[in-house]
Amino acid sequence: MKIRAKPHFSVSTQTQQKIAFTLLGIASSLVVVPVIVIFAILIQKGWPAINWQFLTTMPRMGMRAGGIFPAIMGTLYLVGGTIVVALPLGVLAAIYLVEYARRNFLTRMIEVAIVNLAGVPSVVYGLFGMGLFVIYLKMGVSIVAGALTLAIMILPVIITSTKEALQSVPRSFREASLALGVSKWQTIRYVVLPNALPGILTGTILGISRAAGETAPILFTVAAFYLPRLPKSIFDQCMALPYHLYVLSTQVPNVKPALQYGTALVLVGMVFLLNLVAILVRSHIRSRKQW
Amino acid sequence: MNKIETKNLSLFYGTFQALIDVNLSVEEKMITALIGPSGCGKSTLLRTLNRMNDLIDGVRITGEVLIDGENIYGKETDLVLLRKKVGMVFQRPNPFPLSIFDNVAYGPRTHGSKNKAELEDIVEKALKHVELWEVLKDKLDHFALNLSLEQQQRLCIARLVAVTPDIVLMDEPCSALDPVATQRIEELMFELKKNYTIVIVTHNMQQAARVSQRTGFMLLGKLVEYGETRQVFTTPREKKTEEYITGRYG
Ligand SMILES: Nc1ncnc2c1ncn2[C@@H]1O[C@H](COP(=O)(O)OP(=O)(O)OP(=O)(O)O)[C@@H](O)[C@H]1O
Ligand SMILES: [Mg+2]
Repeated sequence: MKIRAKPHFSVSTQTQQKIAFTLLGIASSLVVVPVIVIFAILIQKGWPAINWQFLTTMPRMGMRAGGIFPAIMGTLYLVGGTIVVALPLGVLAAIYLVEYARRNFLTRMIEVAIVNLAGVPSVVYGLFGMGLFVIYLKMGVSIVAGALTLAIMILPVIITSTKEALQSVPRSFREASLALGVSKWQTIRYVVLPNALPGILTGTILGISRAAGETAPILFTVAAFYLPRLPKSIFDQCMALPYHLYVLSTQVPNVKPALQYGTALVLVGMVFLLNLVAILVRSHIRSRKQW
Repeated sequence: MNKIETKNLSLFYGTFQALIDVNLSVEEKMITALIGPSGCGKSTLLRTLNRMNDLIDGVRITGEVLIDGENIYGKETDLVLLRKKVGMVFQRPNPFPLSIFDNVAYGPRTHGSKNKAELEDIVEKALKHVELWEVLKDKLDHFALNLSLEQQQRLCIARLVAVTPDIVLMDEPCSALDPVATQRIEELMFELKKNYTIVIVTHNMQQAARVSQRTGFMLLGKLVEYGETRQVFTTPREKKTEEYITGRYG
């Protein structure tokens, strides 16, 4: 039997390959299908709700009518605030870890901490933010508190991707610059950072998308249930799209589904747009710097 | 006085000793070649001369390196000034992913020349020096990585010339180039010799014989023989040198 099995086996390598390809193909389509379905349903059910008024006016009648303008603006403020805090902090931390820190116990602990922070559930960040910023530092439920909480949440993403981007800049560029008598900081500033920009950007956008979409971290730190006006300062509360969506779906009876789907579509659309911008900017930079 | 002098220079990568008591004297405005089999420490020795080895973790150095009589491993050494004075050309051409102009202007710019006319002047002079000006003067905004390898290496030399070093270290500058390009870079070295002190590491013994006035032969971290190139190649004092030169080695 063994002797007969052998030729049979070698003949079937092609068949095996076909089966493997088919399986791989199915697996990758399975990944894409949910995304497409979600988009299709959102567009089908949410599109009718979307018009100029929906995007630019305040909610009315206990959110059962009117627009979602304050939630859109609130999310933009939060994302803006988050980036202002997290980007410089994250990039500087990554520069320190990659370019300056010696490999020792302390830096290894920091790196382990960063990896672990990335895996902490977002509600934990929310509670932490409430404890630290809202209560202990007396910022109250406010945009600063929310943005700081979101910033802490996305720091690991930004640090990790920036580190990878810095490490991927060829050593020969650094050597070339240092050998010209250019200082280490100038080398980082003029050679390393520009060439790491695409990677840093990717991380930043991933962070932004996460910050824009999360509900738990803003729940106790900034989000207002119903606030049909724009915030007056960064110490004010504001509405935000993910929380507004949650409220519309579970907390307010008799909301038209179109309103819910419309809100979801705007949120997903914003995140999608951010990602698209990142991809375009990155490929633009890449096309100029090929190495 | 010698331009460069190393005194009992030893270098350790961790516990591995890559240089053993090297005493080398490099004379001004001459080309000094370092030859020897792969792994004998040529690049390591070259990189001690502008302290590029400082970038590697776990390197320990004993002994002295005097440049114009000053120990560059002394406490007061300013690495930036040292490397401005002692420039380096690498094995693989490594222009920045920038335009031709920005590559040459990079050094002067970071060292403080912001004036556009001044920079243009520096770039023109540097490119003329490496004989790229005629070919590239209308393409200064082109991407440097699209040049041929030889042009890239010339550009790297121009980039170095633009910061007006005193000494130029070259680590196998032709090993990525074809024979014609190699010959033309060698001609360029002769030109550069008028203004600079050059130390070149090469695998290619004919090249060492052609371009250099002094040659050092290294073996297993030691500088085995050092002297006038003609003497080293025709009447070597050491048996090991003779074996290497006649090709019975590595
Ligand atoms: N960063 C490093 N860490 C540990 N050992 C190293 C390091 N760099 C070089 N060495 C070792 O030091 C010795 C000398 O290396 P070096 O690169 O100076 O040789 P080389 O003469 O330039 O050789 P080649 O002709 O191959 O370029 C080699 O044995 C090498 O393995
Ligand atoms: Mg070498």
